Amino acid sequence: MSEGNQYDAIVVGGGHNGLTAGAYLAKDGLRTLILEQRHLVGGAAITEELRPGFQFTTFSYGLSLLRPEVIQELELVKFGFMPLEMPTTFCPMENGDYLLMGPDHDANLREIARHSPRDADATERYDHDISRVLQYLKPLFDRMPPNLFSGDPEDKAEIAWLLKHLGSGDKKVVHDTVRLLTGSIADFLDDYFESDVIKGHLASSGIIGTKVGPMSQGSGLVYLLLALGEHDGNIGSWSFHKGGNGGVTQVIGRAAEAYGAEIRLNSHVNHVLVNNGRATGVVLDDGTEFHAPVIISALDPRRTFLELVDSRELPSDLVEAIERYRFQGTASKVNFALDAAPRFPALGDRTDQYRGFINIGPSIEYLERAFDQGKYGWYSDRPYLDCCIQSFLDPDMAPPGKHVMSCFTMYTPYELKGSDWDTERENLGDAAQRTLASFFPGFDDLVLQREVVTPLDIERITGLSEGNIYAGEYLAPQTWIFRPAPGYSDYRTPIEGYYQGGSGTHPGGCVSGGPGRFVSQQVLKDRRP
Amino acid sequence: MVETTPFHPRLSELNETGLYGHWSGYLSALRYEYSAKNEYFGIRNAAAVFDASPLYKYWIRGGDAQKFLEGLMSRDVRTCKPGRAQYTIWCDDNGHVLEDGVLFRHAPDEFLLTAARPNLGFLQDQVRRLNVEVIDVSDDYGVLALQGPRSRDILTPLVPEVAELSFFGMTPAKIAGHPVTISRTGFTGDLGFEVMVPAESAIPVLDAILESGKPHHLRPFGEEALGMARIEAGLPLIDVDFSSSRFAFNDDQRFSAWELGFGWTLRGIDDDSRVFTGRRALLRERNENTSRWATVGISIATTDYRALHEEHDVVPYMDEIPVDWHTMLYENSDWVRAGYATSLMYSPLMQRHIGLARVRPHLAEPGTIVHVEQTINHEYYTVPATVVPLPFFNPERKVSMA
Repeated sequence: MSEGNQYDAIVVGGGHNGLTAGAYLAKDGLRTLILEQRHLVGGAAITEELRPGFQFTTFSYGLSLLRPEVIQELELVKFGFMPLEMPTTFCPMENGDYLLMGPDHDANLREIARHSPRDADATERYDHDISRVLQYLKPLFDRMPPNLFSGDPEDKAEIAWLLKHLGSGDKKVVHDTVRLLTGSIADFLDDYFESDVIKGHLASSGIIGTKVGPMSQGSGLVYLLLALGEHDGNIGSWSFHKGGNGGVTQVIGRAAEAYGAEIRLNSHVNHVLVNNGRATGVVLDDGTEFHAPVIISALDPRRTFLELVDSRELPSDLVEAIERYRFQGTASKVNFALDAAPRFPALGDRTDQYRGFINIGPSIEYLERAFDQGKYGWYSDRPYLDCCIQSFLDPDMAPPGKHVMSCFTMYTPYELKGSDWDTERENLGDAAQRTLASFFPGFDDLVLQREVVTPLDIERITGLSEGNIYAGEYLAPQTWIFRPAPGYSDYRTPIEGYYQGGSGTHPGGCVSGGPGRFVSQQVLKDRRP
Repeated sequence: MVETTPFHPRLSELNETGLYGHWSGYLSALRYEYSAKNEYFGIRNAAAVFDASPLYKYWIRGGDAQKFLEGLMSRDVRTCKPGRAQYTIWCDDNGHVLEDGVLFRHAPDEFLLTAARPNLGFLQDQVRRLNVEVIDVSDDYGVLALQGPRSRDILTPLVPEVAELSFFGMTPAKIAGHPVTISRTGFTGDLGFEVMVPAESAIPVLDAILESGKPHHLRPFGEEALGMARIEAGLPLIDVDFSSSRFAFNDDQRFSAWELGFGWTLRGIDDDSRVFTGRRALLRERNENTSRWATVGISIATTDYRALHEEHDVVPYMDEIPVDWHTMLYENSDWVRAGYATSLMYSPLMQRHIGLARVRPHLAEPGTIVHVEQTINHEYYTVPATVVPLPFFNPERKVSMA
């Protein structure tokens, strides 16, 4: 064994959490190696120039949940971190009308009143009620989840703190929180709103990336996850990082290297070396070995526990929980290079509505009907689309006058009944494009190039099992203290020296960096004498 | 009745908010679109135009023009060659800053000075027996600042010479057939240019720039976005960060060039060949180490800012619009005063609150911790901040050639 292959810590996976964990460890002085299977870092947060001058955000496309602590502690600004404001949200309607939300509160109320005067002040009440729920829940999100079952004094102290915090909640806030954590976003919205387009717009956040419809229990929880983020302190706001989310991971990668971490590309880890219950290193597909007393898997729980190590090394309750852990990816991406901006007839030649998300989900019924098809193993013929013409936010995304458009597309279940994604890929692209053309006449003529990324492609390219964008469904029994399994949520594993810090651990998914930060804290804590 | 600038007829069409302030008697847009932050990102990530026409403008001409300015300006005008511009300040006899402005040297004995405040009488009074005339041409020109990383790409097709323009260089040029002066100057700390155009040609010149800027997302920006950019650039603003010593009632309201962080403009002050107003006092202050203040940057850790607010059940609000008051700074938790921040904002670029501040000189060392007053739920608290060098943001593109 050569000296050169010996490290203090090895991170498996150069996605944003792997990079984050590696950066923290290197910053603390550990000789750290980050191993990435592909030719570029970023995992599911990458930006690729698929056509000269056109930057595609292949997978992940928005930023909100990246923990402010990560930005600050890793001093990401020094390495080019630059989230751009998305000042608008544009919701085209099937009757040719639209809802256009912008950065001015009062102007938004007038726009909402155009659809329902009652819903204008309802929006203010709703926003405030949601903000209070988020304020109440945020400490849970930002703290390492305790092990309820360990009896460890630190866990007990944390549980006591949690109980005290939860017990301090206002009656309405507690009840709203439980309703959202357990119920559907549709039910909750019905208490406030009557307008279909407003409900469709808000309900969309309750389904992102998850096999639930807006009427399903569980959509309230997904809504909360997506609202917990912020842009510059504006709760629930999303931003677009310069250069896309690939820009973010390039920034974190640069930070990691600046702190001394070594990033090795094209290095697919075959398995983790375990000796007598202790992780000692990793082996690449080509047989190259790297050794370290600390191995962090930043992959999803299935790969972490069932593929990188021999499951016989693990207790059966963990193995069973991970076998049960639901992935069932249901989201795809359809990305376009466009010759010009799409035209929305009711707005004439205006394009200022394109400076943020374009939400093709004009009503709860539209979303739920899209889900109906997904539920039974087929993709929606009129999918829900969360689009963004990112070249309006960052001119460097496309050549002058041209555009790139990212369309998050649902529902597209990983397992298709009676077909497969290699057969259906372009049909899905057609469904998305057809839907867009129904809102933006002439859209087809603008398309210079189209990229369809199905759950199967997500899995093949990034390694996310079944293409689940969160590295595991964001369902209540798979979140927080249960993420990824009851009793195994403290970023350690039953194998000594083997840690987990991918998005399948709290507070992942999304680009939060939280798991990477927490796992590095746990590693550093365990190293202390 | 408030006046409007030569660009107003066109720029007002682009103003969707109707929000204006008054600047030197002119309507001046605070922001054009609902989000000042979006305009600000135009400056930092694309390009944006600002109407700076309300600046006062004076021709200073004559065989003694250089000699006149040598004695008046704190910065050595002899180092400003024809075809160059120079940021400068002028002081009173005690070395207290009167004002700041930019000198554009069109010819060996021909300068144009822009200033935020009226100065005609003052300048003419200083002429004494020299061969110099000072002419007020404030209303004769529009000034359009085109700022941002794409600004050169927008201007080059119209004026190929700008590709060769170095930082604070200037050139006569024509846009849409109209004579203009283009300088590589601005108040944003970014790559940028200013176009000075005779008032009657303002609209066709603006239109040509807007047209050329279309594919580059060119948009107008107002005073709020400018305020954000100039704080990041560490550029103090008169009547915000300091006021003219001319109007001070006591010495607490006066600041020397050293105290305001303008020491860099005093390069060559030891050279006895140039006598200028305030020089002796400034030399004495430096030699005797009697500065009362040092101007520094302060930077608040966002985690601390958040924790303080969350502790008091308040959602931490990150406001990129600079606060319009001076915020007190303390040395320690015993409320011993350290100084005050004259400008304070949340910087979307730095991802933290930053401020321009005056602190006691012994606290000016970068890394020093000061405590920033915050009012939460009508109670006073403090949040720690670190003293940092200025500017906060200084991209290579600001000075680099294409």
